Order: sequence, then structure tokens, then C-alpha cells
Amino acid sequence: MSSSVYHRIRVNPKFRELEIQRSRLAWLFSAIVLAVYYGLMIVVAFWPNLLHAPLSEGRVITIGVPIGAAVIVLAWFLTGLYVYRANTTFDELNEQILSETQS
Amino acid sequence: MKHPILAAATSAALPLMSAAALAAPSAGAAETQPISVTAIVMFFVFVLATLAITYWAARHTKTANDFFAAGGGITGFRNGLAIAGDYMSAATLLGACALVYGRGYDGLLYVAGFFVGWPILLFLMAERLRNLGKFTFADVVSYRLDRTKMRCLGALGALAVVFFYLIVQMVGAGELIQLLFGVDYTYAVIAVGVLMMVYVAFGGMIATTWVQIVKAVMLLFGGTVLGILAFAKFGFSLETLAAQAVAVHKSGAKIMGPGTLLADPVSTLSLSLGAVFGLAGLPHILMRFFTVPNAKEARKSVFYASGFIGYFFLLTFILGLAAVVIVGTDPQFFQGGRVGGTLVGGGNMVALHLAKAVGGDLLLGFLAAVAFATILAVVAGLALAGAAAISHDLYANVLRKGRTSEESEVRVTKIATLAIGVIAIMLGILFKGQNLAFLVALAFGIAASANFPVLLLAMYWEGLTTRGALWGGLAGLTSAVVLVILSPAVWKAVLGNPAAIFPYDHPALISMPLAFLVAYVVSKLDTSAAAATERAAFGDQYVRAQTGFGAAAAAKH
Repeated sequence: MSSSVYHRIRVNPKFRELEIQRSRLAWLFSAIVLAVYYGLMIVVAFWPNLLHAPLSEGRVITIGVPIGAAVIVLAWFLTGLYVYRANTTFDELNEQILSETQS
Repeated sequence: MKHPILAAATSAALPLMSAAALAAPSAGAAETQPISVTAIVMFFVFVLATLAITYWAARHTKTANDFFAAGGGITGFRNGLAIAGDYMSAATLLGACALVYGRGYDGLLYVAGFFVGWPILLFLMAERLRNLGKFTFADVVSYRLDRTKMRCLGALGALAVVFFYLIVQMVGAGELIQLLFGVDYTYAVIAVGVLMMVYVAFGGMIATTWVQIVKAVMLLFGGTVLGILAFAKFGFSLETLAAQAVAVHKSGAKIMGPGTLLADPVSTLSLSLGAVFGLAGLPHILMRFFTVPNAKEARKSVFYASGFIGYFFLLTFILGLAAVVIVGTDPQFFQGGRVGGTLVGGGNMVALHLAKAVGGDLLLGFLAAVAFATILAVVAGLALAGAAAISHDLYANVLRKGRTSEESEVRVTKIATLAIGVIAIMLGILFKGQNLAFLVALAFGIAASANFPVLLLAMYWEGLTTRGALWGGLAGLTSAVVLVILSPAVWKAVLGNPAAIFPYDHPALISMPLAFLVAYVVSKLDTSAAAATERAAFGDQYVRAQTGFGAAAAAKH
């Protein structure tokens, strides 16, 4: 586990690729989740009546209900998508980097 | 008039909820609610089962790695369940249902804030945490920084969160058990403390994990059965349910949209920053990431955990609305039979009354046992995180500078667990009947303002130095404590001053950015030779964080 091994990994172009791909996905998804949640909270604070509108003519359920639930569902969906990408593409790349380094 | 029982049990239920958040007034308090034989039987079955698990776990716990990280051999799915069991604290079921019952849609928005931290924890922290750490999050912050100083800071942040959170749990537990089983408060607190010590001291992380898994399964099962039975009364139609709820609720159609709970943007922002980023600074949650074999399983655990938690949060919305119709119109659940008056047993009893109404004594007894199991699972996780901070961070790495045997580290953990248990029992008795909403604000405030910024910067920012991390962490910790003292919950409610100096109950809006700012500025100004070495060491740490090369491996089990 010498520093030189870490250095060899670092200069591997595949490491650069892994790094870029993963951080792009992680920051993009984080931004989406936070934007959706805080976006909703801004509507709640400044335009609450928008969320009181009925889902369709004559219904009691408001559009706020599916939107609120969608925040949770979307956040979970992105979690699944990230785990899928990370556990397939990224891990495969990672395996390649490690095996190239050790050989 | 806010009642202490309501405040304590509620804050135990939904971590950040201020006592004022609940509209439902509390009951003629100390009135106990002797519950059926079913509840007692189920409760004993649970305790015996968990003790059997502990006995089994104790025989499989040999090394420090077994003790703190269950040998790193927990699968992602099981760890996901355990995380859900660790996070959904003393009756999320009770607090969230009561909130929806009282305030409708605001309850849904409120729990959503407690969900959003999970994806962020996954995207930005989970895999790096697993790749860099061994037993505690202080492993990660001290990776390339000064070991002694960073371990002390990490342990301080961890212990502060653990103790503040533990007091809330103990007091909530005592009052809830008194209410549910008619057991005297003091005995209830002692029983919870003793069981917690037994699980953790003998069974370590393996027993704690399985107690949390059993509890999570019980909670999900009980909640689902309750949801199906209640929703069936409305033909599984959300529209029918909503129409009837709106027809009988005192706020009418208003409950289907945002109300007053989260209407103040600044207050809501401060609350949600604590909820979202505090999650990534809770030591007992972070510790769970070291129980899995690798980063792949760490990611999977978040996926499963957030699935269970999200499902349960959405379920509570249905349960709360159903309770508005079923419990809210039934005189047997109100004191003196006055519908719309005070609920028997207080505002937090909504879910249990609903269980009685749709599932009779059997379901009521089961849910009461679930509530108890929930408390035990959470306090066990907290006690283990606290004990690990004392023995792994302070004893093994600071006091003995890493020159210690695994046996002595585990022995110190056991002593630390007993000490934490005794202190928790004493604090639980001492704080009886107090309004503890401020302690929850403190626990999450410190997690978001001291632990999270230091952890994030240590993993992401090459420029962070020991001096910067130390000053930043302490600035976050101190400002969180000071702001909570100046907040309405302490300055006005506890100290009796006419007006609070800091107008918001939650400090994260100020204290979290302050921690980042101080850490940044001090690191930038740090020109010491040590700082240069620390910056240079980032490269290797970064490669390990990304690839897991050199990461602590799973033990053979």
C-alpha cells in the first residue's frame, strides 16, 4: 500500500474517467434532489395556494398531495438509479483500474 | 399549554419536531393506559428473542472488528433494514401519524424533509465513508489530519449528539411505556437502560444490528397491516378517504394543502438544513456503513434503507388521514367522550387508537410492542456509537496512540457501554417531565454543524488542514449550542425570559455555514509545515476513497 501504488492508480486514464463520471452523476443527482425539495418548500412558503388546487375538477385531493409524495418517490428513484450505475459501470471500471495496477 | 409528555414523546418520534409543531393538545397526563395481555405477551416475546440474539451474537463476537462493525459481514439488504431500524426512532409511527392527524398535508411535507438527506448521503458520502473508515467517522476525518486532535474533535461531536439524543429517547421511552403498559416511569427508564447495556456490552454490533432488523420488520409489518385495515374502510380510494377526512376535520379542506407549520421560510430552511445534513453527521447512522463488506454493499444499504423509510413515511400520511375519520369521530377515544376534545392518552396516541379501532386489542398490543422495540433498537445504536467514540477514538487512538490490543479496546468499550447506560438512566430520570424539544435541535444542530462539515471537507477538499478542521468543527459546535440556548425553546420556554434572542428553534441555518466558513478561512491561512504535509496526503486518500484500494476488508465469517 505504498504511495507509489496510489500514484500509479492516479495517473491511469481510467481513474480519471471514473472520477469524472461518478462525480458528475453524484453532483447532478444531489442538485436535482435538493432543487426539487427546496423548490417545493419555496412554493409552500410563498405561493401555498398553488398546492391547494384540486387535482381535477370536483376532487378533494389537491395537486399538492401527489407532488409531495413525488418528492419522496423521485428521491428514492434517483437513489436506485445511482446505485445501479455505481454497482455496474463504475465498479467495473474500478475493477479494471485495480487489476491493471496490481499486475 | 404544551404538555411535557407530548413534547418528549413527540420529539422522540420525529427528531426535529418542535413541541409547538403539534396542534393536538395533550391529555391528563400521567393517566396510564393499562394495555391488554396481548401487549405484555408480545413485549416479552420480543425481549426474549432479542436476548437470545444477543447470546448468539456474543459467541460470534471475538475481535474489535466483530464488536464495532459486525465483522464487516452484514449484507446490503440487512444493513438497509438495520439503518431503517436505527433511523425511525421511538415511534416515527406515533409522531408522524399525530402530525398528519392534526395538520394534514403539512405532516407529509414535514416527513419529506427527513427523507431528502438519504439520497444526499448516498451520492456524496456513503462510498467514500466505507472506503476510508474502519469503525467510526473519526477514522475518516483523522485519515490524513492530526490523529490526536481530530479524534478528540470527532469523539466530542459524536458524544454530544449521542447524549442529547439519548436523553430524549430515554425520557420519551419512560413516558411512552408508562402510558402503554402502566409501568412506573423510573422502572421503565431503568428497564430500557439495562436492556440497552446488555445488547451492546455482550452482543456488540452484531446484536445491535439484529435488534434493529427485528424492530424494522415489526414496524414495517405492523404499519402495513394497520394501513391495509384502515384503508380498506375507504375502499382503498384516496379520494374517498380525503373527502371524508376533509368533511370531519376542524380545518376542513385546508388540511389537503400547506398550512402554517412550514409557512415561515427562514425557520423552515433552518429546520430542513438540520434534517437533511444532520443525517450525514449522526454517528450511529454513519457507523452502520462500516458493517458492510465494501462500497457496493454500502450503496445498496442506502437504497434499501431509503426504500423502507420512504414507504413508511408515505404510509403515515394514509394512516393519519384515516385516523382523522376513524379516531377523530369516535367518542371512545376522547376524554369524557367529547369528540374533538382531548384524546385519551394525549396527541401521540393517534396511531394506537387507530389500531384499536380497526384491529382490536390484538393489533393494539402488537403496535405497543413495536413502539417499545423501536425505542430499544434506537438507544442500542446510540449507545454503541457513544461507546465506540470513547474506546476506539479516545482510548485506543488518543490515549494509547494506537498501541493497544483488540482485547483491551473491546474491554474498554464494554466498560464505556455500562457507563453510558448508567448515565443515560440517571439523565432519563433527571429530565423527567421536561420539555426536551431543544435537545433534539441540539443533537441535529451539532450533527449538521460540527460533524458534517468536517467530514465533508475532509473527504472532498484537499486544502483542509487540522487547524482549519478543528476551528471549523468547534465553531459549528459552539454556535449551535449558543444559538439553541438563545432560541425560544430554551431562552423563553426553559429560562423564562419574555422573548428569545435568536428567533428560530433550529440553529443550522447559521451554525452550519459558519463551520464551513471558519474551516475554509483557517485552512487557507494555515502555512505550517504540518498543513503542507496534510494537503500533500490528500492525493493518496482521494485514490483510496474513490477506488477502495487499501480499505478495511471484511472479516471471514
